[in-house]
Amino acid sequence: MNEIQSVKSTAIPLLLDDIDTDRIIPARFLRCVTFDGLGEHAFEDDRKQDANHPFDKPQFQGAGILVAGRNFGCGSSREHAPQSLMRWGIKAIIAESFAEIFFGNCGSLGIPAVKAARADLDKLAAAIEANPKLEVAVDLQALTVSAAGVTFSVIMPGSARDALVTGQWDYLGRLLSAADQVAEHAKKVPYMSGFSA
Amino acid sequence: MSDKRNLFNKVWDLHTVQDLPGGQTQLFIGLHLIHEVTSPQAFEILRDRKLKVAFPERTIATVDHIVPTANQARPFLDDLAEQMMSAIEKNCKDFGVTLLDLKDDRQGIVHVVGPEQGLTQPGMTIVCGDSHTSTHGAFGSIAIGIGTSNVAEVLATQTMFLNRPKVRRVVVNGELRPGVYAKDVILFIIQKLGVQGGVGHAYEFAGSTFDAMSMEERMTVCNMSIEGGARCGYINPDQKTVDYLKGRPFSPQGADFDRAAAWWLSLASGPDAEFDDVVTFNAADIEPTVTWGITPAQSVGVSQPLPKVSEVAAEEQRLIKEALEFMGLQEGQPISGTKIDVAFIGSCTNSRMSDLREAARVVKGHHVSPTVKAIVVPGSQLVRKQAMAEGLHLIFEAAGFEWREAGCSMCLAMNPDKLKGREVCASSSNRNFKGRQGSPTGRTLLMSPAMVAAAAIKGHVTDIREFPAAV
Ligand code: SF4
Repeated sequence: MNEIQSVKSTAIPLLLDDIDTDRIIPARFLRCVTFDGLGEHAFEDDRKQDANHPFDKPQFQGAGILVAGRNFGCGSSREHAPQSLMRWGIKAIIAESFAEIFFGNCGSLGIPAVKAARADLDKLAAAIEANPKLEVAVDLQALTVSAAGVTFSVIMPGSARDALVTGQWDYLGRLLSAADQVAEHAKKVPYMSGFSA
Repeated sequence: MSDKRNLFNKVWDLHTVQDLPGGQTQLFIGLHLIHEVTSPQAFEILRDRKLKVAFPERTIATVDHIVPTANQARPFLDDLAEQMMSAIEKNCKDFGVTLLDLKDDRQGIVHVVGPEQGLTQPGMTIVCGDSHTSTHGAFGSIAIGIGTSNVAEVLATQTMFLNRPKVRRVVVNGELRPGVYAKDVILFIIQKLGVQGGVGHAYEFAGSTFDAMSMEERMTVCNMSIEGGARCGYINPDQKTVDYLKGRPFSPQGADFDRAAAWWLSLASGPDAEFDDVVTFNAADIEPTVTWGITPAQSVGVSQPLPKVSEVAAEEQRLIKEALEFMGLQEGQPISGTKIDVAFIGSCTNSRMSDLREAARVVKGHHVSPTVKAIVVPGSQLVRKQAMAEGLHLIFEAAGFEWREAGCSMCLAMNPDKLKGREVCASSSNRNFKGRQGSPTGRTLLMSPAMVAAAAIKGHVTDIREFPAAV
């Protein structure tokens, strides 16, 4: 897998709290057997009800970094949610906090998801609104976000960050390499051995 | 020497294949449940990488999310649903996984089927590509929802990487007041701890209130752990857990069962077990509870008014305003009396026998309000059969409810059961997110099945404690 040490791009602000994955990708779009084509439906119902939704604004088209609020991606475990954001063009997410399953799904897809203080997010969002062409840099080595000469620090759990920066986010490959250990371990689990282990 | 580890940590340690330097654990998974929505892409990953299912007997598939609950003739009227159904049939066949499909009377909502079949057992690690996997924690297992990439990992290796969460003990003591159900208990806990209060945590639900609950009630509580942000929730196994599992098709049989039961009971957190933190509530403080907003924490006791925007913390105000506007409700208004258009009894939270019996008891001898469309969707084919053997369907039908086939139905509306426009639905399900029930502008009020039943009859939200007398 490629090493993901930083993401540099223009950004899109969506500084709302408790955005659930039903809103990111409504359930009717889960009637599919591949993830293809999910990008265009990201936030579809929110966009229909809000003429000012950032995902529809011309100035934010092509943005690769999403700036979000607290508890982003809560609710349903659907990986279709980060898949649809990724296919829309999002390569990294900066939020006040993430729901756990969503965070894990981002890791599986190689999308850095970093946490930042609300005050920093407020300032960043305002700067992006003022200048949508602003380049924002998420640096996973330094754990910082920089834009327009301002830098603030962000948080990402070590294991998730290390996997991205060292290109070891093919979790399946890593798990497979321990197959023998798994087979041995299984024998020690009571319900795998008639409860006599 | 007494073991100071709580149940969660005992079970976690037992399933630890290896700890990685970065702090993650490769965890062995005892039971993998799959369904048609989050598995097709995972099987494609296996095909692409030429992998097999490592332990096919540890994975069980069923179909629930897209299943039509009225006309189930194949091919389905919805081509996309038909494609998904064909995909899971082919995938299970190709990879040697048992599928409980529509022709199999064991089919139903995955979180109803697992316990019903005795697949769900104490001391197991259980995963499913579905956030309400937390339901299975009712048996004293570690049960977590996972994404599709993880589904592929578990299929191919029977393991996945996880960070060990902290364990918070959520204690509720005392007897529930009349008209207060397990659903109200968990809605109350989420209201108090918030939708993200549980992030980074497993919740152990303990105390006399949970001890007194049936296994079905415990499932309702654990089911909604995820709505409180917790990775999972569980209740320590006791004699009720053992009795529930005895004789179920996938339960251990004969002498194995006795050994299993002894082991299960030994896993429970002991009197000096340690927790990262403890919160305590009183059962007597819990009222029949109804959500009024767009997150499961936005709820009030049915006799209480909605919050006033100015009375909540500044950072919550925006969300509350957004919710009031979407719901078309006013700050400070009573929730009781809110008109409804649809009543839905079903979902993995509340679609088991005790839920249906209670709802039937409420509606018996009454009729659904003429302006309300009401449906009952049993959680599994076996629940449906049992309910019919008890004549519950006749009570529901006489009261004007539609009696449907088993599935997820209007909990997430991936099948034809959907709200229309801005309809308001009294629902026994678990999520009141914007658009959750199939109409982008549809509105959901979560409550217990008994409260849904009462609302269906009255045509508006009604305090079950005053039903049927209330106007
Ligand atoms: S009933 Fe609802 S919450 Fe439960 S598994 Fe089905 S869709 Fe998910």
